[in-house]
Order: sequence, then structure tokens, then C-alpha cells
Amino acid sequence: MLAEVLLIAGKDLRIEKRSKIALNQVAPFAILIVILFGFALNADRPALTTFTPGLYWVTILLASVLAVHRSVAVEAGEGAREGLLLTGIRPSSIFLGKAAALIAQILLVAVVLLGAVIIFYDARIDNGVLLVTSLIAAVLGVGAAGTLYGALLGAQRARETVLPILLLPVLAPVLIAATRAFGDAMGTVATDGWAWTSLLFSFAALYIALGIASHGVLMEEN
Amino acid sequence: MLLGRFPALAGATLLVHAGESVLLEGANGAGKSTLLRLCAGLLRPESGTAVVLGTDLFKNRRTVRPRVGYVGHASMLYDDLTVAENLRFWARAAGVSESQEHAAGERMEIDRRLYDVPVKSLSAGQRRRTALAVAAARRPELWLLDEPHAGLDQGGRDIVDSLISDAAAAGGAVLVASHELDRVEPVVDRFVTVTGGLTVERPRPTERAARSATSEHGHAR
Repeated sequence: MLAEVLLIAGKDLRIEKRSKIALNQVAPFAILIVILFGFALNADRPALTTFTPGLYWVTILLASVLAVHRSVAVEAGEGAREGLLLTGIRPSSIFLGKAAALIAQILLVAVVLLGAVIIFYDARIDNGVLLVTSLIAAVLGVGAAGTLYGALLGAQRARETVLPILLLPVLAPVLIAATRAFGDAMGTVATDGWAWTSLLFSFAALYIALGIASHGVLMEEN
Repeated sequence: MLLGRFPALAGATLLVHAGESVLLEGANGAGKSTLLRLCAGLLRPESGTAVVLGTDLFKNRRTVRPRVGYVGHASMLYDDLTVAENLRFWARAAGVSESQEHAAGERMEIDRRLYDVPVKSLSAGQRRRTALAVAAARRPELWLLDEPHAGLDQGGRDIVDSLISDAAAAGGAVLVASHELDRVEPVVDRFVTVTGGLTVERPRPTERAARSATSEHGHAR
């Protein structure tokens, strides 16, 4: 099974390496939003510092929608999704492979964006371990849920517009928990960041389990 | 089976033995592609009997899929990957050895210079050759070819003809949906017309001509 997962993830990452969609399109889009938030808040440093965790995670979720859409489009374009069905690869392996590649891409964007908020918002980091751990936990959840909902929409033509409507409400718990955990790590909110990080891991585990269990049905029906 | 709310292939009956090649002909929308996709296990039958390679499609479509070589209208290739990367990925995904993968590429006479070219830069014919090579690498027991000659040059068309003949000679079964009757008729064993959800067997054109001549001769007497 691991070989199948690595094969699918490797294929998606190779496609990303060629197309550079995450690096050349999704990351600049995310940075642009961060800059626009700065304009909207009139470059008010205290306000920006206070709201940095929330603005950061809203931006990550919006950028993730683009990455999820790209991940689905790769399979839908020339009927490769049906090709995967014909290979006999386990649907759970396809889910895990695609989720792993998506998580890697979102992590890349998240790291670039973290640098951007440190530069543009003058964000400071009090607890680096908490920040990195909560970042990984949140991105795991976003990647798993994104892959699951991407498969749900499959080859439907309306997926570009339907995907954000379906996915963003589902990711609301990630937004809340990751914002709190980041708030603690950046010293802007007095809360237990590790408790919120535990919630993020639980969310990720739930969606990984759901994806493994349901991906076969979703691939057959869409 | 249903396409949306409408029944498709409501009266289709088709029995294909190992070592046989069958041409499916019929007007656009008659159900040829649907029949091929059904046989590939990509569509779920609604009623009737559907057994492919000894497997009941009502019970288990998944075990049939890796044993068929389906080449449809879409290439099933990844545009951003090169020809070599596509061949390697699909071969590994199907558990095919590297030597089989290379042999399939050579069989389809894919120009070696194209191996490092992304699929999105290929012509329609070159894509078709690559898609056929992906299917050939798996050495399928059942070939399901939907307009396999489309977009190919003369050399490619000849290769497809030999692919069909060789697959049947090797004991495989081949179903070819095509509008290019003159091209496919010489290389297949049987002819089936798909029309209005029904399948109608028809004789080989030479047999038909002979029957027609006999009939005319009888009338003249």
C-alpha cells in the first residue's frame, strides 16, 4: 500500500514541479491577499499584529481552495481518474497519495506566507514549537478534507464554484483552532494553544479516516 | 443501464469468445462507447446479465478493470508529464514490469525523441500512440478500443490493425468501436451493429455479397 501511496503522491508532486502552480500562482495569490489586508487595515501595526493569526489562516484557506481545485483538475482533465480506476490501485491509496501531495503543496504556501506576515505585519513568534506543530496539524486537516471534498465533486463541471461553498464551512473548525493556536504562539491571545492544536490533530485524523473509508465510493459515483 | 434518466443498451446482447475480434458499428449516440465502458467496468449495469472475463459486473467490477485495455476518446494521460513519465507511472500503477513498458513503447513506434516531451506538447496522433502504448503495456485479456484509428497517421493505423490481429491471435478478445468500416473490417472476425439500444450481428461484407449474388441468381431462375 505504501508503494501505491508514494506512486500517487510522487506523480502529483512531479506535476506540480513541472507546472509550478503552487509556487507561481497560489503563493503569490496568498501574498497578495496579505498585502491587501494590510491596505484595508490602513497599515495599522497594532491592529495587524493582533489580527495576524486570523488573517493568516483566512488567507491559507482561500489559497488551499485553489490548490484543491488544481489537485482535482489534474485527474479530471484527460480522464486520468478513470485510468486510475482501471489500474486496480486501492482507492484508499489514491486518497492518501493525493492528500500527501496536497499537504506538501499547502505547507509550501504556508511557509512562504509565514515569511510574508513576519515581513509585512511585523509578526513576532513567542513559541516556535507550538507554531510549527499547530501549522502542521492544521495543514494536515485542510489537505485531508480538501482531498475528500475534491473527490466528492470529481469531474463535475461546476466544481470550481461549488468547491469553496462546500469546503470553506467544513474548514471553519480549522480556522478557529489554528487562529487560537497561532495567537498563543505569537503572544496575541492568552489561551492554551496546545489544546487547540490537539483539536486540529483530531480534525485531521477524522478526515483522514473518512477519506480512507469513502474514497472508493466517491471515485465510483463521480 | 441508465444514462441520466434514460435507458441505454436496453436490448443489447453480445457474446465474445477469447481469440475473437468484433467490430461495433452504429450511428453517433447508438451506444457503442457506452457498451465499451460498461465492459471495462466503468459503468454500472442496471439489469440483465453482464459477465466480463468470467466476472459478474453486478457483483464486482473492480477485479475486471485491471484485466482490460480500454482506450477511449480521452487519452487518460497527464498533460504535464512527459511521454516516458506517463508510461512509467501507468506501468507501475498497473504493476507492469519495465521491460513490458519499453516493449509497449516500441510496439507503438513512439519516436524516442518524444519520450522527454510533455504530453501537452504532443499532436493528437502522438497522444493516441502513447495512450495505446499504456494499454498495450498491460497485456490485457480484453481490448476495448473506441475509435482507435482516430488522429493517427498511416503508420499508426497499420500498427493498430496489427495490434488488433495479434491480440486476438494471442487468445485475447477485442472489441473495436469504429466508424472507419473499410479500415477495420479486414482485421476483425465479427461485425455487430449497435442501434437503438440493440445489437444486431451482420455477416462479413464478402459473405453478404455472396448471399446477395446467390439470391439474385435464384430470382433469375
